Amino acid sequence: MNKFTKVLILVIASLALLVFVAPQTINQVAQKLHIPKISIPNRPFRLGLDLLGGTHLIYQADLSKVATSASDAMQGVRDVVERRVNLFGVSEPVVQVSGNDRLIVDLAGINDVNQAIKLIGQTPFLEFKTLLPPVQGDAIIKKALGDQTQGLTATALCAPANGTTLNQFLITFGADPCYQPSGLNGSGLKTAQVSFNNQSLSPQVSLELNSEGAKLFGQITQANIGKTVAIYLDGLPISTPTVQSAITDGHAVISGNFTPAEAKTLVERLNSGALPVPIQLVSQQTIGASLGQDSLDRSLRAGVYGLIFVAIFMILFYRLPGVISVVALLIYILIVLSFYKLIPVTLTLAGIAGFILSLGMAVDANILIFARMKEELAGGKSLYVAMHEGFSRAWLSVRDSHVTTLIGAVVLYATTSSIVKGFALTLGIGVLTSLFTATVVTRTMLNLMTSQWFEKKQWLFR
Amino acid sequence: MKLGVDFQGGSVLELNFENRPASEQIQKVLTPKIGDVELSTEGNTGLIVRAHELTEIQHQEALNAFATAFPTAGLEEKQFSSIGPVVGNELKQKSLFAILLVLICVIIYIAFVFRKLGRTTSPWAMGLAAIIALVHDVVVPVGIFAVLGHFYGIEITGVFVAAALTILGFSVSDTVVIFDRVRENIIRGGSRTEFGALVHRSIMQTLTRSLNTVFTVLLSLFAIYFFGGASIKYFSLALIIGIFLGAYSSIFVASPLLVWWTKSHSNGSRS
Repeated sequence: MNKFTKVLILVIASLALLVFVAPQTINQVAQKLHIPKISIPNRPFRLGLDLLGGTHLIYQADLSKVATSASDAMQGVRDVVERRVNLFGVSEPVVQVSGNDRLIVDLAGINDVNQAIKLIGQTPFLEFKTLLPPVQGDAIIKKALGDQTQGLTATALCAPANGTTLNQFLITFGADPCYQPSGLNGSGLKTAQVSFNNQSLSPQVSLELNSEGAKLFGQITQANIGKTVAIYLDGLPISTPTVQSAITDGHAVISGNFTPAEAKTLVERLNSGALPVPIQLVSQQTIGASLGQDSLDRSLRAGVYGLIFVAIFMILFYRLPGVISVVALLIYILIVLSFYKLIPVTLTLAGIAGFILSLGMAVDANILIFARMKEELAGGKSLYVAMHEGFSRAWLSVRDSHVTTLIGAVVLYATTSSIVKGFALTLGIGVLTSLFTATVVTRTMLNLMTSQWFEKKQWLFR
Repeated sequence: MKLGVDFQGGSVLELNFENRPASEQIQKVLTPKIGDVELSTEGNTGLIVRAHELTEIQHQEALNAFATAFPTAGLEEKQFSSIGPVVGNELKQKSLFAILLVLICVIIYIAFVFRKLGRTTSPWAMGLAAIIALVHDVVVPVGIFAVLGHFYGIEITGVFVAAALTILGFSVSDTVVIFDRVRENIIRGGSRTEFGALVHRSIMQTLTRSLNTVFTVLLSLFAIYFFGGASIKYFSLALIIGIFLGAYSSIFVASPLLVWWTKSHSNGSRS
């Protein structure tokens, strides 16, 4: 490949990355230049709580009463908490199980932390409900919406197709126009599990009730044959099976067109209500939105100043190669930021530290190469030879210093959590990218300079 | 050394006031609600309250107590953390374990890369010399922060671990670059020259690069120190000290150690 072709590819690739990393800027330019119909979609960076403001909660679950699988029980807890957190309308809440019995909840940009903590910590409440006569349902709707019922009837709202609307109604008004309590709740349910239908082999959910629950369930099913009995968790329906026959032995089966995953989720939800796993808050970190924004602004400003200082120094000290290294550094930043968007990496203060460190390594790789080049030039070699020698001799040092850092990043990523893990991830991405820019980008651009014209102007390089 | 709450467990409440009440008054309001607290002021309007681990209820009680006792103070909550001692201990252990594992992996890698130098010097000596330089680079900033903690109440928090790790990364590359040059000089028939002189020559050859690299990194770190926010100010300070020491130690600690080890070892085998 011609060396000019390589540079051309480099330029086009960098422009593409720029469009990906900073679409707003490109859109603005397009607008100013009156280029119509160019609007590039923006995929935002994912910011950590320390930059965005928010709350990081760690819960400890008490699994001592769980006889069956602890990890299933934790998944159940996670699911329950996630359902509750979603009610807050927080953007991208993170609820994850950590280790055996920890639950981590990240809520970004939340105002009422107190309320959230109260709600998350509650023991899940499971209850069985029977149909409410539509007349009473209509009355409840009328009471809740007043003049704005707009012909909404309980029959319409309770139709399976309107599940989301019904949930909205339940959350907003706290009154249920479709079902009424039956007296049976989670304490009557012993356990739930996924089973398979004997004939069709499709997944279904088996319920086992304890003696008290079985008695109540027998009465309920007796009175509601052919009708729906709804199962509610935390005030919202999770399953609405129709009763086929009276069930008095305490063994019920919910069949339906479940996928195995759906059946498993339902089982987890049922079990979280049957065997509530109490959770206790063991750690809380809240960062005010203003502090987060302030940290972000300042870090960005510091980063820009730092970059300018480094650029000035590199150009003063290494002249033309210095300019090349600054361009390589900018491409490096574009690549790294693209990775952050793609993976996506959650950026925290520690993560930014990892980025700055890797930036330093990227500059260092260039310095190693240029220092070696200068040495060879001083030894009286031609520019072409000096460049090649510079690269091949510096390569070992560049490789070793990058690999040692990469070892560190990998070990840290594998063995730690939270702050340090974020740091290790950005550092690792940075080191790999730096290896690429130092060997490919800087080299491609330097190769452009190995012409007779530059050979006579060695002062540009020394 | 003053450990932050993320290692120790406990709680920190960072507040900002429009008119900050006197510390004694604040103490009087808080003590009945949440027991002993430690107060420190930040600038003209900030206040940091440190206490034992608080439940969310106690946290709200403390905030309400503020609101009722100082209705005109213009209180804003900037940050609150409450961490159980178990979680803190875990972070401490995990961080230490990770750092140790990194050190061991680095020794092995260096010994592997420089394995062909068996005749002149031991690759393990190189790995060990690099690690001792590393320990030096981390111990000194930790010591400085212990002093700062004693006199100014600066705490070592989780972010500090990230700083220590950054320093490790830089220090290793500094040392490795010098050792690489030593290897090159040995391979180019340097085994005839005296080892100490050879290491000295290698250091001189890499000196410009060492200084330039440290200088560029320090440039960006000073930018963070002066323009960055309060939360990463001490982080960058730790880095500035550590990175500077990293360059110093690869020249003045790791290299002399390597020469000393090699010489004492070869003397021992001859006699």
